[in-house]
Amino acid sequence: MPSHLLTVIALLPLLGVPALLLLRGDDHTWIRRIALVVSLAEFAISLFLLRGFDSVNPGYQFEEYYDWIARAGIHYHLGVDGISLFLVLLTTFLTPLAILCSWQAIHENVKGFFIALLVIETAMIGVFVSLDLLLFFFFWELTLIPMYFLIGIWGHGRRIYAAVKFILYTMFGSILMLVAILWLYNLAGTFDLPDIQAKLQTGMILLPARTELLLFGAFFLAFAIKVPLFPLHTWLPDAHTEAPTAGSVILAGVMLKLGTYGMLRFCLPLFPDAAHRMAPLIGVLAIIGIVYGAMVATVQTDLKRLVAYTSVSHLGFVVLGIFAFSTISIQGAIFQMLSHGISTGALFLGVGMLYDRRHTFEIKEYGGLVNPMPVLMSFFLFIALSSLALPPLNGFIGEFLILIGTFQNHHAWAAWAASGAVLSAIYLLWAYQRVGFGEVTVEKNRNLPDASGRERLILATMAVAIIFMGVASPLFTRRMQSSTDSLLQQMDRVQNASRRTATPELAGKQVGIELRQHQNASAKKISLRRVQP
Amino acid sequence: MPILEHLWIILALPLAGAALNGLLGKNWSKTIVNSIGIGSVSLAFLSVLEAIREFSLLPAGQLSFFKNYFNWMSAGSFKVDFALQMDHLTIVMLLVVTFVSLLVHIYSTGYMAHEEGYYRFFAYLNLFVFFMLTLVLAANIVLMFVGWEGVGLCSYLLIGFWFLKQSAINAGKKAFLTTRIGDFGFTVGILLLFWTFSSVDFGTVFAKVANMPAESATQAGVLTWICLLLFAGAIGKSAQLPLYVWLPDAMEGPTPVSALIHAATMVTAGVYMVARMQALFSRAPIAMFVVAAVGAITAFYAATIGLVQTDIKKVLAYSTVSQLGYMFLGCGVGAYAAGIFHLMTHAFFKGLLFLAAGSVIHAMGGEQDMRNMGGLRKQIPVTYWTMFIATLAIAGIPGFAGFFSKDEILDAAGSGPNAHIALWLLGLAGAGLTSFYMFRLIFLTFFGRPRFDERKVHVHESPRSMTVPLMILALLSVVGGWFAAPHLLGKTDYFEAFLHPVFATYGVPAGIEQGTSLAGAAGEAGGISSSPAMELFHALTGPPVVLAIIGLLVAWWFYIRKPDAPKKLAERAHGLYKLLLDKYYVDEIYAALIIRPFLWISTNVLWHMVDERVIDGTVNGVARVAREVGGQAREIQSGNARSYATWVVIGAVGFTVLMLGVWGMVR
Repeated sequence: MPSHLLTVIALLPLLGVPALLLLRGDDHTWIRRIALVVSLAEFAISLFLLRGFDSVNPGYQFEEYYDWIARAGIHYHLGVDGISLFLVLLTTFLTPLAILCSWQAIHENVKGFFIALLVIETAMIGVFVSLDLLLFFFFWELTLIPMYFLIGIWGHGRRIYAAVKFILYTMFGSILMLVAILWLYNLAGTFDLPDIQAKLQTGMILLPARTELLLFGAFFLAFAIKVPLFPLHTWLPDAHTEAPTAGSVILAGVMLKLGTYGMLRFCLPLFPDAAHRMAPLIGVLAIIGIVYGAMVATVQTDLKRLVAYTSVSHLGFVVLGIFAFSTISIQGAIFQMLSHGISTGALFLGVGMLYDRRHTFEIKEYGGLVNPMPVLMSFFLFIALSSLALPPLNGFIGEFLILIGTFQNHHAWAAWAASGAVLSAIYLLWAYQRVGFGEVTVEKNRNLPDASGRERLILATMAVAIIFMGVASPLFTRRMQSSTDSLLQQMDRVQNASRRTATPELAGKQVGIELRQHQNASAKKISLRRVQP
Repeated sequence: MPILEHLWIILALPLAGAALNGLLGKNWSKTIVNSIGIGSVSLAFLSVLEAIREFSLLPAGQLSFFKNYFNWMSAGSFKVDFALQMDHLTIVMLLVVTFVSLLVHIYSTGYMAHEEGYYRFFAYLNLFVFFMLTLVLAANIVLMFVGWEGVGLCSYLLIGFWFLKQSAINAGKKAFLTTRIGDFGFTVGILLLFWTFSSVDFGTVFAKVANMPAESATQAGVLTWICLLLFAGAIGKSAQLPLYVWLPDAMEGPTPVSALIHAATMVTAGVYMVARMQALFSRAPIAMFVVAAVGAITAFYAATIGLVQTDIKKVLAYSTVSQLGYMFLGCGVGAYAAGIFHLMTHAFFKGLLFLAAGSVIHAMGGEQDMRNMGGLRKQIPVTYWTMFIATLAIAGIPGFAGFFSKDEILDAAGSGPNAHIALWLLGLAGAGLTSFYMFRLIFLTFFGRPRFDERKVHVHESPRSMTVPLMILALLSVVGGWFAAPHLLGKTDYFEAFLHPVFATYGVPAGIEQGTSLAGAAGEAGGISSSPAMELFHALTGPPVVLAIIGLLVAWWFYIRKPDAPKKLAERAHGLYKLLLDKYYVDEIYAALIIRPFLWISTNVLWHMVDERVIDGTVNGVARVAREVGGQAREIQSGNARSYATWVVIGAVGFTVLMLGVWGMVR
């Protein structure tokens, strides 16, 4: 029975848009309520994915496949596997919280704001579930526009600069990716990802080494900017600092993962040789990112900027785990994406709550906040502990799996990355000390109200998620296992296919037995199509 | 109720106490908070007793009990279970941890009675007990690491308990960060361990290691590296050179915390870890030597700083660092049982010293400087007598607990299979210094004339809730060592025999195996062994005892007989005195060599230069160039038909040339 669950999940948020459009612009209460209800319904429906998901099946599930522009080989093709499943859930989990945290913070053009949030949700889910390159690209670009508006319209201070920087940086990568997608289409005759994967594995398409490297490079650059990988990260602190809280939560919580997800979905399985060749460089950049992001975070004077830099550090771990090519480290990387989404999302929520009270991110404007706001600051400490990877909280699991997995293949990488744990303790505890402990230093802070019911609800939800992910991690990794295994096998198969045929440099000239063998092999498997066992 | 099957209950009790008090305790009366806090720990203690009873009923051959509760982490071939185990080593640790914790909880009801955030204190304390028990009961090294980090967190929270005080917050942060530096090593050690053995379970790892030969004493193999990395964690957590700097500062925390966490339990986690991993350490002679050397040097080094400190808690802090050094010295020379034995006796007498010091501070209305005390022995007799007993114990006066354990360690360092004369001498010198600074503390605090304004300070003995724990610990500071009494007569001591199953299970290579008992055993085997009476005579008049008594006498001379002498000596040897008083300037050196450069590089090089100038400069530069090129190019679209026509011609010519060129190349 064909399931339309993914379509429903991907498009449901859009249903909220006409509903919001029908409301009067100044009816803020109902705009908020409807947005919240839609996002909650979305979350509830997305949980059905868990029920139907078969964790033994390494392939795509809940697949939907329709011709879209048949002549051009463009399909409406959706599906999730163990890699994307939880990223979808992360998106649907964070969006209601992002809406809830904007409850009172947004006063102008409220309708537009919530519409933008809902459109982003659809776009992000679309990215995670698209199995057609062009569809993927469509959703990928779709995430940019509402985020551009979120930062540009509802942001703080230098919001225009930040928004433009954000969009130019990402567009630069997007264009490269588009070129690569078209090139790949030229070679494969289809935009369908599983189709291309199958053709690469059977040797029906062979990518000469240089072509593979260029294609890999174009995809990777687009993703690396999004992650962001050092040294492509400088858009991030600006974007975060100027974005409204909800924007930061979405940006850090989900959008950055579009990049690491893309690496897992495209760079590794499609271009394994190039991935292996570039891994030494990428691994080193990831480690630099870990250490560099942490060191720069330490000395920030702006709280939100500080949290932004921690993302550079934490996402460095994810990239490292991906390019260590071990099943443990890749699962760790996926887990770290989720747990970073929760922890850093929660940090931004907390910072946002401070901002709502004092309208500043300057650390020196705070100090001794534990006195007026014990509840809020206790949550804050707890979230910081999760972010600094204190076991048995969520941050520890991801980081540790990445380290264990990376160590299997690269001792030195893992050892360097492990220093990130020391550094994260430095910047978080120091920042917390300056904000929370001591006597109240700024008179205005003496009577700040403690967390409201709504804020407690948000923070408590996050805290529960933090503990749950830390204690029950196998519930997550168990569902990632076969997909990550199959990812690594695919890489091997593609590499073998290209090696069987010829050394890539000679591929064009060689007309020997090997090529004929390959033709026989591919002839047999010509009927092989996307759905994998 | 079968506790052994459900070891998790021992953990769940303090965790539940922490959760209840932490989340709800704010609005509760002290009575409720007390009964939850103390109740949960007493129940945990009783559960431990019951578990031990059941453990003793296990079939004779079964040396440890293991139970897997649920899978906590799993990815690929990497699996970590929430699994607990119990063996003889665990039993010792469980008893020490739960019992001392219980006493400290009771004591705290008196000591913390007038503090804000009373419920918070007990919640943290219970949480600490939970993590410490996790550390001890864990059946794999990752779960142990959970406890390891968890106690660090509680230490952070409790040192900074008075969060309005900058010094307290800084001390808490320093403690957390310094130990995390060590934990960096610990983490990499775990990685290497898993890489080597494909498992993190103690049972599996030790069984595999049992088939491995001992590594050479000149070249480091993988076991040596694992041990050294893990030991880095121990150096941080157990405050050894060069990472000890956090422990003296940790005295900013409430005194019961110093007694429980920074003397009796948490700081000994490193020693426990080394003993737990002895199957590996025993096969890595280089690592063993490093452990012993770090221990011995720290034991001596910290004692020298202790000589001149004037803050009563600081003296005890440096003393703790020094005593932990002895424990490592014991483990490092293969006398694991002696190391653990000292861990236990130290938990008693050092816990007592801190609690008694707390009682002194309480009596003095918060004063901690010994220069402003004096003559207190009459006014607070219980505190005085119990503290005096603890001092006799730590100084190693025969008959008291510390004597037995320290004697065994020095024995092994001096005549065991891994003995080294330098280690022995350092340990011995440290013993003399220990006796001196401890009696100095006693004399300055309790003897002589009061050096405070008696009209302002109303010295009073502490309430029963505080004195009763003191008396119990005082008793243990005496009899706690008697398990080892047979050792004096050249026989196996009971404590070592009790732990023997743990330390002998994994087929430790010959030569390292026996450790402490070797001195005795060698004597017996050689037949030279004199009569038990001679053994006893040697033990009682051995160098450690002589030095302890010399230390006592010198302290008496300086602080009772000639109270002016210390000042004169300090003036005469001013340089040395200043060096000790300022703790060898280690904090200042770290600040200058590590902390300030780190911040400077982060700010000026990485942030302002790389981020802002290089990367953003490039990005913005590209943007500017694009804008300017665009601006120039705009001129082309002038709207002038003739200029368009010109461009068409130029374009056509250019295109033709290009095509010809390409065609030529292709051909």
